Amino acid sequence: MSQSAIALRNSFQTLLDFGAFLRREMRPKGRILTPFNVITVAIMLVAVVVLVDRFAHGLGAVTNLSQEFPWGIWIAFDVITGVAFAGGAYVLCFMVYILGMEKYRPILRVTVLNGFLAYVFYSGALLLDLGRPWNVVNPIIGNSFGVSSVMFLVAWHFLLYTLMEFIEFSPAIAEWAGWKRLRVTLHGLTLGAVILGITLSSLHQSGLGALFLMARDKVHPLWYSEFIPIMFLISSVFAGLSMVIFEGSISHKVFHHRLGRDLKRRHSEIVLGLARICAGTLLVYVFLQVIVFVHGQRWAFMLTGWGSWYLVENVGFVLLPLVLFLAGIRLENTRVIGTAALLTLLGIVLNRLNISIIAFKWYAPVRYVPTWQEVVVTLAVISAELWVFRWIVNRMQVLDIAPLRSVKDSDVERLHASAA
Amino acid sequence: MRRRSAVKTLALAAGSTLVGRNLAQGAAPKRGVVDGGAVDTPAILVDTTRCLGCRMCERACAEANGLPEPPKSVEPGVVRDTSETQWTVVNRFETENGPVNVKRQCMHCLQPACASACLTKAMHKTAEGPVTWDPDKCMGCRFCMLSCPFDVPKFEYDSPNPRIMKCQMCWSRLEEGEVPACVQNCPAKAIVFGPRSEMLELGRERIYASPEKYVHQIYGEHEAGGTSLLYLASVPFEQLGFRTDLSTESYPALTTEFLYSVPLVDIALPVFLLGLAKAAKGRHEPESEVDR
Ligand code: SF4
Ligand code: SF4
Repeated sequence: MSQSAIALRNSFQTLLDFGAFLRREMRPKGRILTPFNVITVAIMLVAVVVLVDRFAHGLGAVTNLSQEFPWGIWIAFDVITGVAFAGGAYVLCFMVYILGMEKYRPILRVTVLNGFLAYVFYSGALLLDLGRPWNVVNPIIGNSFGVSSVMFLVAWHFLLYTLMEFIEFSPAIAEWAGWKRLRVTLHGLTLGAVILGITLSSLHQSGLGALFLMARDKVHPLWYSEFIPIMFLISSVFAGLSMVIFEGSISHKVFHHRLGRDLKRRHSEIVLGLARICAGTLLVYVFLQVIVFVHGQRWAFMLTGWGSWYLVENVGFVLLPLVLFLAGIRLENTRVIGTAALLTLLGIVLNRLNISIIAFKWYAPVRYVPTWQEVVVTLAVISAELWVFRWIVNRMQVLDIAPLRSVKDSDVERLHASAA
Repeated sequence: MRRRSAVKTLALAAGSTLVGRNLAQGAAPKRGVVDGGAVDTPAILVDTTRCLGCRMCERACAEANGLPEPPKSVEPGVVRDTSETQWTVVNRFETENGPVNVKRQCMHCLQPACASACLTKAMHKTAEGPVTWDPDKCMGCRFCMLSCPFDVPKFEYDSPNPRIMKCQMCWSRLEEGEVPACVQNCPAKAIVFGPRSEMLELGRERIYASPEKYVHQIYGEHEAGGTSLLYLASVPFEQLGFRTDLSTESYPALTTEFLYSVPLVDIALPVFLLGLAKAAKGRHEPESEVDR
């Protein structure tokens, strides 16, 4: 009797302690009135007003979407481009957990965190774009499975992958909250989550491309091919890793105080390695582009304006970064590599927007150009993501390998013993 | 009289194809051209040479579907598109053979891209033939609009509770044994309703009977894998605002390969990755992390 009362009181106390801990952690760290904070808060406030308008009066009130262009930048940029940028997580998980390339472990957590947040916020952005978001549960709870729909498969793989990324990241949360046992359990799930995560990723990355397969007569022939899904998959590898390089160089400055010893020491070595993989996959991508070009008899379009635009994308933002990556590797110059990564990212933006907006309905007399409201909401989504990212990085052990001290050997042994 | 027997044939045809069609709908779309005769759904034959351009069908459509009344007069020379307030429009084209009036609406494809695109099955090809839209299922993603080769589905951008709007072949009238409102109200009998095989036959008959009057093509027989709207015309269809560069293969077939590969990858890749992870582990020095 008294024992259970004590147990109850103890667990109550734990809960209270955790509440106090949370409250402490919720407090901002660092200065509040920084330019970044002021600007992003302003953007987010404006976005709230825009969104009120959007839900009160419909999508037409704030967007330039039309019967001709059903998808604007909320899909083409936030989701289709953003998901490619978040591809680094599954690629790095593959390298570290499957191939055992331990060298990259220090950047693993931050990449997984980035990927996870990207997915959470992009699916959030997706809800803003849905005309009838209250029905979004239909394809999920199973009262309406459109199994022959590419969109259905993408949605499910997207959703499950977000869960896998959460599991992959969860040990960091457990460490932060001091839940040692849970951390061991969660860590035990990692390999499974990674394997499923890679599978789910390869399918939804390519699936985003497959969304356009039925738009065969709407996407300009220079961008349409039956290989779109494969192109999307391959480009997600160098897009994701370029994002890792790019973000790495930024968080190196911004979060210098949070960098672990390992990451500081190995940073340029890691960047060089990533650059090698980027160059390799870019090469494969170029090769495929050439095959598709010949196969699709695309030279017929090269003398048109669209041909030049195609060259801008594929020479300026695919071939050029490829050359820069190779040069950067040869010279061991992380600055050149950083430039290459940035160009690659811009190339991905171009490619995704070309397929879904710019070269989509290329024959239409009236073009889609986003409204300022659409741009502001997109910026607000990115801002919100950065806020959460910063909050987590400043509190959890993210920018380094998982610390050894958080779980003692004896803990693990005890757990194993009790399991046996 | 004729109408009643047509409906009966339809019911029979629908019943006999129900099982097969349901199977086909559950699985990924089949590759290849659909044989119009094999799937004998109801169809509408539009003979543009008979159309007077009176736009009675526009009015009948609006009335039957609770849509705002169509404009009284239209500007000549302007080609109107169907819209969220008008599911069917009649446009006049000046051609070498004089003016030709063309009624447009959803083509009710035999294998609709819109329905295969829809992840909630809100857009759905019913066993009876019409491609319908269900407001309780649709989440408004507009993927159907992106996928439809004829750009038919329209979206109510100015509503907080937007619907996808398009011709649904008056499915509720069909259920009651009636023909679509436009068909019933056409004073010139330019629109005829019946089983698709019969409509094709009727179209061919007319072409054979007056070969100098018609181009020798029934638009919709093969386009997009075959549609339930069939068109006759006196001039080539590209002069009448029709897309003639469309595939004769059904559009859902374009995604078949991808859809088939998904379960394979879902099963095979994890196994492969697990094996790879095991193999790679042997090659590396024991890891330093404690809980491995
Ligand atoms: S014309 Fe478009 S909306 Fe109509 S059934 Fe075919 S794909 Fe669907
Ligand atoms: S907008 Fe509605 S009907 Fe169209 S694909 Fe999306 S869920 Fe289906």
